[in-house]
Amino acid sequence: MSLFSRLFTKETEKEAITIVHLGRVQADGGRCVQCGVCGYNCPVGIDVRSYARQGLSVDDPACITCGQCIQVCPRGTLRWERMVIDEA
Amino acid sequence: MKHNGTAVAAHHAQAALHYVIVGNGAAGVTAAETIRAHDARSRMTIVTAEPSLMYSRPGLAYVITGEIPPRQVIARRAEWYEQLRLDVVHSAAEALDVSARRIYLANGSFLTYDKLLIATGARATPPPYPDASLKGVVYLDTLTGTKQLIQQARRGRRAVVVGGGITALEMVEGLIHQKVETHYFLRGKQLWNRVFNDTESALLDEQMQAHGVHIHYQTEAQEILPSRWGRKVRAARLPDGSEFRCDIFGVAIGVKPLLDLVQDTPVQLDRGILVNEFMETSVPDVFAAGDCAQAYDPWTRQHTLDILWPSAVAEGRVAGLSMVGARQPMQKGTPFNVCKLFGLHVTIIGQINPRSSANDEPEVVQHLSRGSSETWFSRAAHHTSAWSSAGSNTLRLVMDEERLVGALLIGEQTLADPLRTLIQAQADISAIRPALLAGGDELRTELLRFWHAYQKQVEQ
Ligand SMILES: Cc1cc2nc3c(=O)[nH]c(=O)nc-3n(C[C@H](O)[C@H](O)[C@H](O)COP(=O)(O)OP(=O)(O)OC[C@H]3O[C@@H](n4cnc5c(N)ncnc54)[C@H](O)[C@@H]3O)c2cc1C
Ligand code: SF4
Ligand code: SF4
Repeated sequence: MSLFSRLFTKETEKEAITIVHLGRVQADGGRCVQCGVCGYNCPVGIDVRSYARQGLSVDDPACITCGQCIQVCPRGTLRWERMVIDEA
Repeated sequence: MKHNGTAVAAHHAQAALHYVIVGNGAAGVTAAETIRAHDARSRMTIVTAEPSLMYSRPGLAYVITGEIPPRQVIARRAEWYEQLRLDVVHSAAEALDVSARRIYLANGSFLTYDKLLIATGARATPPPYPDASLKGVVYLDTLTGTKQLIQQARRGRRAVVVGGGITALEMVEGLIHQKVETHYFLRGKQLWNRVFNDTESALLDEQMQAHGVHIHYQTEAQEILPSRWGRKVRAARLPDGSEFRCDIFGVAIGVKPLLDLVQDTPVQLDRGILVNEFMETSVPDVFAAGDCAQAYDPWTRQHTLDILWPSAVAEGRVAGLSMVGARQPMQKGTPFNVCKLFGLHVTIIGQINPRSSANDEPEVVQHLSRGSSETWFSRAAHHTSAWSSAGSNTLRLVMDEERLVGALLIGEQTLADPLRTLIQAQADISAIRPALLAGGDELRTELLRFWHAYQKQVEQ
């Protein structure tokens, strides 16, 4: 559980959906400027930038889903992949 | 380096060609990647005037703020070029002969092309007054220049920065990080006055002052003065004749497309290289993309300049497709930029109703500033603004009777993606227009509600 950084967010009250982030980082390629701030801060040295460029999810078994890359990206390119596991 | 033009493959429909790309930036490498995806056999050469491999120019801002070391901006390794079978030549292209299909390089050699892409980008403009050649005059423009800037900052004590756009603000932030006493000179009465309104400007002003920036409104430099012996910056001269001591003079007054290579050739120019929606220039087999290209924009129905990374990538792709004969017109999306200035996220989308250009920083009138699009500043007739602000979060919407045409967000970014989609899709917002015009909290709630309904409708 601690490795999978689980965050629970609520959408608007009307559609209370519980979203669980199972730890894949997703990129919006159109926002990325290839600066490399993400990969520089990745504790396991994943080349996040090359995923971001192609608009892909970080699909690397070494990823410990720490969320560092998401936090440091100055362009808001990265986010948790949304996975709806439970609809309230 | 001479190309042997006789290598023609008999048994393939398409002959092996030589694609030459001048410019190893976002546009150039994207074009190369696109070409290779469609043509596995042909020869490709990319020419660059810089010593490094392809790097992220916007990333330079994070080098001076110390977020990353200089080498981290390199975005493509040598293996990437090898895999793509893309030869790199580190030498400036100096002349183009379109009838002989040749590019002449500074190293004395030349390249013969079948298809040529010009993706030379744009460079920072020097100040219109002397003496820009002094040591201590710095730009945030190239990797080499940025390393010099950092070196100067380590030795320097007091900096003056001039220029009205994002790059100037990023430079100020970087110098503050480098512990240099930084004075920001502005001709007008507010920050980035082409883009921000009074509240937006005041918000950033507050943030900058809190970081220790000295902002001098309505202050202009007229000359950069040298030290008594040597060629170093000593002071800036102000219009009243007084001298403002400084050892660094940062210039970010705008950029200009690099057109030297095509000057005095049949390639048609305006402020940039004129291209149609296929990135074709007026000369057959010569293409242009990125900051140096002035491409047709359906939003403004004009040929506009974009100094934006995503535009350079998109144009590079379209150029690559045209070069391999798989022509597809450019679908110029809504111009969009997000940046982080002194900890505040700023997002600009579409047309943002600029104020009149009377108060512009002198430079920005002549040259576009980095990270901007001319579309932001094009003013259509019946646009109205709506406004909501709370603390360090602001939201400004620009709309006509039925649709949103632009938005500017500072701080809170929840609505950035929804707004980008709604603006791009030209969604009909007439039903919520009154609520939007009411502004304040209602604007945000209404917009979010509308967005959720819109998404549902699109899904169905
Ligand atoms: C500090 C800074 C901040 C920025 N911020 C943003 C931002 O927030 N958002 C955004 O979207 N954009 C931003 N930009 C702009 C963005 O970097 C450019 O739009 C983008 O890099 C353009 O790519 P390009 O391939 O057209 O040109 P460039 O990246 O400029 O590449 C041009 C290439 O051509 C080569 N070249 C030029 N002339 C010759 C010649 N004669 N012979 C051989 N080679 C030559 C150069 O060496 C280089 O390799 C910023 C830029 C800077 C510097
Ligand atoms: S930090 Fe963000 S913008 Fe920079 S390379 Fe990574 S994903 Fe792209
Ligand atoms: S979530 Fe952490 S480990 Fe995974 S790519 Fe991002 S920074 Fe690296």
